[in-house]
Parts: sequence; structure tokens; C-alpha cells
Amino acid sequence: MFEQHFPVLPIVLPLIAAPLCMLLGRSQLAWLLATIVSGISFCIAVSLLMVTLDQGVLSYALGGWEPPWGIEMRLDVANALILSVVTGISTLVLVYAKDSIATEIPQSQHTLFYTAHLLCLTGLSGILTTGDAFNLFVFLEISSLATYTLVSLASDRRALTAAFRYLVMGTIGATFILIGVGMMYMKTGTLNMLDLAARIGEFEYNRTLNTGLAFILVGVSIKLALFPLHMWLPPAYTHAPSAVSAFLASTATKVAVYVMIRFIFTIYGAEYVFYSMGMDVILLVLAIVAIFNCSFVATVQSNVKTMLAYSSVAQIGYMILGISLVTTAGLMAGLLHIFNHALMKGALFMAVGAVFMRTGSADIKAFRGLGKTMPWTMAAFTIAGLSIIGVPLTAGFVSKWYLVTAALEQQHWMIAFLVLIGSLLAIVYIGRILEAAYFKDPVQSASDKTIKEAPLMMLVPMWILAVANIYFGIDTSLSVTAADAAANWLFEPSAQAVFQSASQSASELGAAR
Amino acid sequence: MVELIDLVLLGMLAITALRVIFLKDLFAVVMLFGLYSFLSALIFVNLDAVDVAFTEAAVGAGISTVLMLGTLALTGRKEKANNHTALLPLLVVIITGAALIYGTLDMPPFGHPDNPAHQHVAPRYIEESPKEIGLPNMVTSVLASYRAFDTLGETAVVFAAAIGVLSLLGMPKPGGVAIDSGLKSHLVLRVVAKLVIPMTILFALYVQFHGDYGPGGGFQAGVIAAAAVILYALVFGLPLATHVVRPNFLKVLAALGVLIYAGTGVTSFFLGGNFLDYNVLASDPVVGQHIGIIVIEFGIGITVFAAMLGIFYGFAAQAERTNIQ
Repeated sequence: MFEQHFPVLPIVLPLIAAPLCMLLGRSQLAWLLATIVSGISFCIAVSLLMVTLDQGVLSYALGGWEPPWGIEMRLDVANALILSVVTGISTLVLVYAKDSIATEIPQSQHTLFYTAHLLCLTGLSGILTTGDAFNLFVFLEISSLATYTLVSLASDRRALTAAFRYLVMGTIGATFILIGVGMMYMKTGTLNMLDLAARIGEFEYNRTLNTGLAFILVGVSIKLALFPLHMWLPPAYTHAPSAVSAFLASTATKVAVYVMIRFIFTIYGAEYVFYSMGMDVILLVLAIVAIFNCSFVATVQSNVKTMLAYSSVAQIGYMILGISLVTTAGLMAGLLHIFNHALMKGALFMAVGAVFMRTGSADIKAFRGLGKTMPWTMAAFTIAGLSIIGVPLTAGFVSKWYLVTAALEQQHWMIAFLVLIGSLLAIVYIGRILEAAYFKDPVQSASDKTIKEAPLMMLVPMWILAVANIYFGIDTSLSVTAADAAANWLFEPSAQAVFQSASQSASELGAAR
Repeated sequence: MVELIDLVLLGMLAITALRVIFLKDLFAVVMLFGLYSFLSALIFVNLDAVDVAFTEAAVGAGISTVLMLGTLALTGRKEKANNHTALLPLLVVIITGAALIYGTLDMPPFGHPDNPAHQHVAPRYIEESPKEIGLPNMVTSVLASYRAFDTLGETAVVFAAAIGVLSLLGMPKPGGVAIDSGLKSHLVLRVVAKLVIPMTILFALYVQFHGDYGPGGGFQAGVIAAAAVILYALVFGLPLATHVVRPNFLKVLAALGVLIYAGTGVTSFFLGGNFLDYNVLASDPVVGQHIGIIVIEFGIGITVFAAMLGIFYGFAAQAERTNIQ
């Protein structure tokens, strides 16, 4: 009986579970509730993905008010795909978190952790599902505030500075987005995305709308940590609790990339953004600089979490690169990389979290000899690491392959070549860890406690992601079909404008007055 | 005339902002922030956005000033001298400002009735909401019904903020060390506070339940009610205040408000409507809308009250801890 409410449930369920977690007070119960709710949201998201692949769009009018007067939830293949990733990773991270946070977050804060995690999930699901530009901002605020809390929960004092920095940058980003949405509203009188698209399409060239777009793009670029606005990200991911790093690295920035795609392709239209404003060149240059600069910085880090954080910024570069090619193939490669990168980074951060739990350090020295003492963890790390590099038969290879093909399709030999060079840098930074783990003897620590393998509750989610890296590297039917359908969908303005009728009746109402 | 008032207020706003930048005394800066919010509230009144003005006055000039003072009590009053060069930030700010000015070039004429903002979605709210929702205050109709999902999100934002402060600062222990805090020795303050506090709470209830008819609603009411308890805590000391409103009770309240709001939406599911569709709450849709709006405004009110007071408790508890040490 709830099927018709599925579009709104991935938002509503965690939103209700979050205050319940706080009321429960007991961390075991809160964990159970959070995991179950997240799991149900995942199942709903997957079924939504199947429905959208089959039927196209699902629209849900909140409060029964038809858009554009009310708020609309609007699911298509693109956001259903990312929603499945986010809810899926969230569930795995929650399973993983139970043991992981036991050593990293004080016992009294555990229920707060689950509450904040659920709020963050609410926000991310909301951003993905909503069809309303202002509603998107509201959910962005929920997820951001919850994220700052999650980062600051670590017992490490430096987490506070990192969270504060993140808060300042994130708030500037959110404010910029709000200014942009305000400017759009001023010129169009609407907030519904498709209605906005229809009405913005009437303008040839408008300085207010251009400024609005500029503010939105800068604001979103801060949120997705596009070079050179990425400086908040490495400290935040380094000092946050491991479970939080795993969750954020594989979801939060991806959702921000989705927001950028939404604003560019659905609202303003690729033509407006890329041909009249020439944004593609700017994005292309920044993406390539991001890939090189941050991959290079990653190779010289001694803290493995920092290294992975810089690698994330570089990987975001690949996604933006795909978008900036302005072709269906490029956009598809970008979307596919959002999906695949979530799988790799989730597994990598989980593995580092397990190492941190057993050795008390995320420094590269702590990895020495772990190939023998923590074989399962290091094997998962290796698989996900190979995926980051883009070795065939891993998910990373698939997205790099499509990216290179998309570049070659446009005769961009240089870009294709640069993508390959970027992978070489990934070999360097992942290789350093693997070398330490498998070819170096462990450092003689003062306390001669033996390092054990990570607990099962942490290994299972880590391995699910590691296996997923291989699975989606071999059987690409699901991920590639969905990404391809989503990219076609986003690029086809006519396909999105099913909604015309309501928009027309709005203008008729205006005319009648 | 209206333009003149706007210009004067905007000028004062700019002067206040400039003073804030150059002052080193953080106590004065906080006071100026309060002034800044108050001036903004006046501008909103002049723009006929009384609901927004009300919120700005209650939150910006009221509670956040108190919370910033609470922060100063923990950090100290003087700004540390920093020797960063301000060149890059200055450049960024200038570019942002220039972009904003550039953006005004194609803006619709200020306040013109033919502007898109007044012509597209708004007419329906103005013409139909008295029939569909039946409230004289259309602002409430829009934020509590047409765009109720946004407002649910905003309530969740307030809740998330409370969670953040709670995780960083913690809560005071009820019945903790009763050190001589507060301003108990000031007779005049005590008498005035005793007079003002009941009235403030009464006013909060009025704002809460009159939001359908005039400016107001859960957000403002929650803040005002919290302000009353904060005043009590400031004058009579934190231990006494935590005795009246227990910190654990606040946690329950904050969670409960969100649950009431979201629960209303879920109730709509079971009665055959979409999420937050109040029409199905009663046999007559307009009555249903009334019920829905009153219930969700109540949810907002208690979450905002609990969150604001909880945040204050967090700061105050931390300050007492440092005092004891």
C-alpha cells in the first residue's frame, strides 16, 4: 500500500528514525534502528531505480499540492542510481561503524553519532530526490550540519579545527547557492526545477541569471571540493572518525557532483551553460589540474587517510572532466565514476579504519607487515586500490575506459593521454601502501602486542564493497545501463519536459488575471 | 518616502558592518551584530515582510546575541592580532561584490507588481489559499502547507544544530554544583525579571497559536519561550534553571517536535493522502488544513524551544565548568 509513497520514504524514514535514536538513548538500540532504517531505504531506492529504468519519471507531490505551487519529489534514472549508492553505502557503513566507533568516539556520544548519521542520510536523500531548487538547499543544510557534527565527533582534538574549517567553507558554499537560487526566483517567480528550466529557456542572455548560475556553480564547487576550493576536504577526512570518512568520501561529494549536474543540465540547460557561458573550458582545466595536482600531493603524504582524501579530490576531477566534455558519453562516464568511486573509496577508507583500530595509527609506517597480520583487510585494500588505479576487471577500469573513449570520440587525444598519466600517479600512491604492507617488516613497537585481524563486523561490509568493485568491473550491465540511461535522459531536454502541462496552466492562470 | 527610509536603514546597515570589521573588541562586535539584525528586521518590516522581520528580530537580535555572548564568556573578549595578509580574501570579496552588482543589472524593477515573482506562482497563493486553506495569514499557508516539506526540513536543520552543539559542549548536570552564579544580588534585575518572564511566556503562547492569523508561528514562539528561560538562567543562575527545565527533558522535547511534524505527514499516508497532505485529516479539507497546520506549528515550536535552550545550556554549562576550574 506504500508503493506510491516510495519516492519520499528514503527521506522520511531516516528523518523519523533520527529523533527516535536520540530518544532511545541506548547505543545498541540506536545502532539497530539506524541500520534497519538505512537498509529499508536502500531496498526502496533499488526498487525506485528499477521502476525508473522501466517507466522513466516518478513524480510525487508533497502535501498533495501539484507543482510548481507545492514541492515535488522527482525521481529519474540519474538520481535513483545515486540514491541507491548513497543508501547502500550508508547501510554498510552503519554495520561497519558499530565496532569502528567503539575505539574512536567516546561511548557517551554513540547515540549522537547514529542520530547525526541518519540526519546526514536524510539530507543527502532529500538533495537527490527533490525537484525543487529551494528544497534542495534546505536538505543541503541538513546534511551539511550533520556532517560537521560527524567530523567533530572524533576524539582527536584536531577534528575540531577540521570541522570548523569545513563549516566555514561549507556555509559560504551554501550561501552562494542560496544567492543563486534567489536570483533565479527573481527572474522566473518559480522554484520548481522543470518550471525553472522552461522559464529560463525563454531568456537569451540575462545578466541576473548568469550571475545566479555563477554563484551556484561556485557554491557547489566548494561543496564538491573542486580544485582549488578543496582545501577543507583533506583535514576533514583525515581527522574524522574512520566510519565517517568512509561514508562522506563515498557519498557527500558525489551528491554535490549530482547537484552540479542537476543545475547545469536540468535547470539551465547544457547549451546555456556551455555554449553561451563557456563553462566547459573552465571546468575542463580545473578538472585536469585537480587530477594532477592532487594525485601528486597524494603521493607524498605519510598519513594514509590524508592520501586517500587527496586522491578523492583527484577522482572528483575525473567526474568533472566527464561533465565538461559536453557529450552524452562524457556525462555517462562521469555518472559511472560517481557510482564506481563510491565503491572504491568506501572500501579503502574502511580498510584504513580497520588498520587504525588495530594499530592506533593511520600513518604509512603502521601499514608495514600488515599483509601478514591483517591479510583480509589488506586484501580488500588491494582490490579497491587496484580499482582506483583502473586495472582491468575492476570497476575503476570501466569508468576510466568510458572516460577515455568519450575523450577520443571528441578527438581530444591530449585529454585521453592525461587520464592515463593520472592513473600512473595512482599507481605510485597506492603502490607505496602495498609495498609497506607486503614487502616491509613490521616496525618493532615498544608494546609487543600482536596485531590481530579486524573484527568480522568490519570485514564484511569492507568485503562487500571490495567484491562489488570486481563484480561491477566484470558485469557492467547494471551500472553502465543505468548511467547510460541517466546521461541520455539528462541530455535530452524534451524528455524532461513532460511536465509542460502544469507549467502551462500556471502561465494561463497568470494570463487570465 | 519608503525609499528614503530604506536608504537610511541600508546606510546604517553598511556603517554597522564596517564597524564590525574594524573593531577589535569582540563584546562590542556582538552588540553591533545585534544592531545589524535589528536594522535588517526594520528593513523587512519596510518591505512588508513582517513574518521574516519577526523571526530576524527574535533570532538575530535576540537569541544569537545571547549565544555569541556565551561564546565570548568561553573565549575572551579581545580579538587576537593576526598577521595574515588580507590580500587574497579582499580580492575574493571584491570579486563577489562586483558579481553581485553585475547581477543587479538585469534585475526586475524593485517592488514592481508585474515582476515574475508576483506573477507566476504567487497569484494562486493569494487567490486560492483563502478557499483551500482558509487562513488569513498567507505566509503561514505557504510555509506550513504549500511548502510544508521545506519547513519540515528547516525544523530538522534546527534539530541538527542542536545535535551538533550537544555533541561538542554536552549538557549541564542537573542539580550540579550550586556555585554562586547568575546576577542574584541585583535586586532590580530580579524584580524586573520576575515581572517580565511570565509575560514573555504568555506572549510566546500567543505567537504560537496566533500564527495562523497574524505574523508569528512556531519558530518565533519557540525562540521567545526559550528567551524567557534564558533570562531566568541569567538572573537566577544555571542550576536553578536546569531544575525548572531539565536538560534531559529538552533532549526529549527536541526529538518530539520533529516526530510530531513528520508524524503528521505519516498520518496522511494512512488516511490516503500524500505525505503532509492535511486535506485528509478531517472530512472537510479546510478543517483538515487547520488541524494539520496547528499540529505542525506546535511541533516546530517545541523543537525550536528545546534546541535554542539546549544550545544555551551547552554554552552555560561549559562556562560554569571553566569557572569552577
